[in-house]
Amino acid sequence: MSSILAASFIHSSDFVAVLYIVAFSLFIYGLSGLTGPRTAVRGNRIAAVGMAIALLATFLIDGMGNWVLIIIALITGTIIGIPSARSVKMTAVPQMVALFNGVGGGAVALIAWAEFNDSAGFVGKPLTFVIPSLFAAIVGSVSFWGSNIAFAKLQEILPGHPIGAGRLQQPLNLLLLLIAIGSAAAIASGETASIYILVLLAASALLGLFVVLPIGGADMPVVISLLNAFTGLSAAATGLALNNTALIVAGMIVGASGTILTRLMADAMNRSIPSIIAGGFGGGGGEAGAEGAGEHGGTVRATSAADAAIQMAFARQVVIVPGYGMAVAQAQHAVRELATELEKRNVEVKYAIHPVAGRMPGHMNVLLAEADVPYDQLKEMDEINPEFGRTDVALVIGANDVTNPAANTNSDSPIYGMPILNVNESKSVIVLKRSMNPGFAGIENELYFEPMTSMLFGDAKSSVAEITAELTAL
Amino acid sequence: MFITNVAILVLAGFVGYAVISKVPNTLHTPLMSGTNAIHGIVVLGGIIVLGLGEDLSALDKGLLVVAIIFGTINVVGGFLVTDRMLEMFKSKPAPVKQDDEEQA
Repeated sequence: MSSILAASFIHSSDFVAVLYIVAFSLFIYGLSGLTGPRTAVRGNRIAAVGMAIALLATFLIDGMGNWVLIIIALITGTIIGIPSARSVKMTAVPQMVALFNGVGGGAVALIAWAEFNDSAGFVGKPLTFVIPSLFAAIVGSVSFWGSNIAFAKLQEILPGHPIGAGRLQQPLNLLLLLIAIGSAAAIASGETASIYILVLLAASALLGLFVVLPIGGADMPVVISLLNAFTGLSAAATGLALNNTALIVAGMIVGASGTILTRLMADAMNRSIPSIIAGGFGGGGGEAGAEGAGEHGGTVRATSAADAAIQMAFARQVVIVPGYGMAVAQAQHAVRELATELEKRNVEVKYAIHPVAGRMPGHMNVLLAEADVPYDQLKEMDEINPEFGRTDVALVIGANDVTNPAANTNSDSPIYGMPILNVNESKSVIVLKRSMNPGFAGIENELYFEPMTSMLFGDAKSSVAEITAELTAL
Repeated sequence: MFITNVAILVLAGFVGYAVISKVPNTLHTPLMSGTNAIHGIVVLGGIIVLGLGEDLSALDKGLLVVAIIFGTINVVGGFLVTDRMLEMFKSKPAPVKQDDEEQA
């Protein structure tokens, strides 16, 4: 008797609801752990436990079927997910996050699509079901396709510079948005033909493509964060439609936190989110940059690894300024070795971390942590900027736009007003760079033309290794 | 029911805001990756619709299977990659601790 009661309780909706409460409490607790360096690993695992409980609770919902398909899908997803997360290089993490984000958005859109088909066009469904589902379909689809473009750009399958229709871009995007919303309105007001959902999904897909394609690589961190927030919101909408508290809470927390993270990043670049979405950072900027290059012409000074080594060996303080170039060249371990060698010579070494250096906020921190650089040597922008005045050598490794003094001085520059690392205040600046090509934002860097700057051309990793070799030979 | 859910939605928004508003730059990437894993919870949506669906067409079953695969990749990959990133920070507990206290 009691076991029958127990069994019916386990499958009761109350029990499932209780497990969901446990699950989303663990999400919130885990997430708050993620905000501190010491509690972060545990926080992430706690959130993962929450996810496992939410999954378990879902299996207990009364009347579930199609087990074979569900299990096959879960196993397939796990088989794909584990190796890709295990084998990805730390430098490629940003595009991996973009990809994981994309599939989440794709899942949301597919669920909404299947529900539309299953109910023959949402027949007999209340608007409180239909509207969130349509919202989820649009946002999920935008997020899926947008994230894939972000992935392709970061993976360099597509070129990093903005691709777009120029002045036509905004009207085109607006038109696509209106088509998507129009189809949604038609469905909500009772249209049941599947052409409407197909048009809605296609217009949203194109919108996702066209919104991200014109965005320059420099803005990519902000875009990934924004798409992350979008997927969260669409998951919350799915939760509203399905009356599922776990989805509502988890989705909304991600939506809110992702929005804040996006704003923090945009603030760090002194750019508004709408202007980033409007795209063309590097579109119009590229032209301005090209003019700038003409003015300067040929005053760049090249240097050798030996010369750089001597300068640094006799410096009191060296500040290393890493950027995306370091990530691409996988130079973080070489950089660490160079720093160790300098420290043996009683040179003080610090790292200047710009909030948007690299392709994700904290990207540089992750890479340098991988190379065992002590945490306390990593200085954030506000902390390190007053120090450049008494820095002997600033070693810029593949960082471009975040060091461009035009952000402070040239009001015509597209990056004017963006807080930068004031490396040009150091006594000497050595820039490691592959070539004179402008950065992802497509803007010429005036720093390279300043008298205290010398350029060491080549792959960042081998350049750093050469300097280290010269240093040990001294 | 719907209004209760909207209330939960709004409150969750404020919780998300409150939890995240004080994060060091260093942890932005792991945090983005961690929240990314959490929205993989949509996998539950796929499971519920497929599990409770009666007379689903082959197309719909296919769509939902793909949705569950996608959601699972999101969850499993997201948590694992975050864990890998964070393990790197953990390997040097002493300086981390010191730095924290200085800033506090």
